Amino acid sequence: MQNSQIHAANSAPLAHEEHPSYLRHHFNSTEQQADAAGFAMWLFLLTEVMFFGGLFTAYLVYRNWYYPAFVSGSHQLNVVWGTTNTAVLILSSFTMAMGVWCAQTRRRRGLVLCLALTFFLGLVFLGIKTVEYREKIEKHHVPGFHYSLQSFLDPQSDPEVYKEYHDKALVPDMARHTELYFSLYFLMTGMHALHMIIGIGILGFMILRARAGAYTAGHETFVVNFGLYWHFIDIIWIYLFALLYLISRH
Amino acid sequence: MSGQNKHAHTIVGPRVYVAILFALLLGTALTVWASYVDLGFWNPIIALAIATGKAMLVVLFFMHVWYSTKLTKLTVVAGVFTFMILISMTLTDYISRAWGSW
Repeated sequence: MQNSQIHAANSAPLAHEEHPSYLRHHFNSTEQQADAAGFAMWLFLLTEVMFFGGLFTAYLVYRNWYYPAFVSGSHQLNVVWGTTNTAVLILSSFTMAMGVWCAQTRRRRGLVLCLALTFFLGLVFLGIKTVEYREKIEKHHVPGFHYSLQSFLDPQSDPEVYKEYHDKALVPDMARHTELYFSLYFLMTGMHALHMIIGIGILGFMILRARAGAYTAGHETFVVNFGLYWHFIDIIWIYLFALLYLISRH
Repeated sequence: MSGQNKHAHTIVGPRVYVAILFALLLGTALTVWASYVDLGFWNPIIALAIATGKAMLVVLFFMHVWYSTKLTKLTVVAGVFTFMILISMTLTDYISRAWGSW
């Protein structure tokens, strides 16, 4: 066939009965439609990379400037909770990936199960985060008027952390900068948690639609692209876990 | 025109996902273990290297980039590259400001 003929055949809009109902008229084929949506999703994720990238850069710069304050601040975090949450989120990424597979292979019940598990694991993550935030609130480690320097000026007054790390007392000027560590901690984990909350909301919507069979009849683009978003959140947490919890232990 | 729509979308199966899941959990265990060992200067570098390895597994397999079009691969690389510019330019400035006054 001549090239021009192929071109003409591809550009001619198909009549309604000739294409699946989910194919928009400005696309030549469902593959092209899926590719365009996937590309757009990746462009959105790039803006997210730069958004979180700014926070990561700020964290690296301030950590180098106020290193002792950032180390003492980091010692306030609980590695067991952090590790558990990392495992929970990785597991939720796995169930999400399995959900995409179920949609692609048209397994409706499998898809609903996978989405529900992802939804549940997302809530577990937020629950554990709440336990961690509550401890910071109780110790007055939330930046603001009620911020307390006590754990850093007098480490022995905080026996649980002291027995593990034996931190030396910080001079008042350096201790003040632990507030900066916690500002970045709450900003970064808070923005991450906000992304989780939005994701869980969309998951709820998807579970209802999946039960009705919306994604298991050949049009799984929404599930695939939501999967990209969910895995992206997982990647952000992988770095947050390393930077906030792990690298300052010595 | 017809060429760009030809590639079939590869469906990644459960076997790959299970393997990646275990690799990620292993990486998590490894990085937590490494953080308990005093390696001085190397602690943050190892933690970030393991995190990057885990992130790459997620991007390549959970996010299907390994199986995807060149356009998607280029998009991902462009994102990482731009982020590296942000980090390296900023840190170059801050590291060199007090140059010689240590």
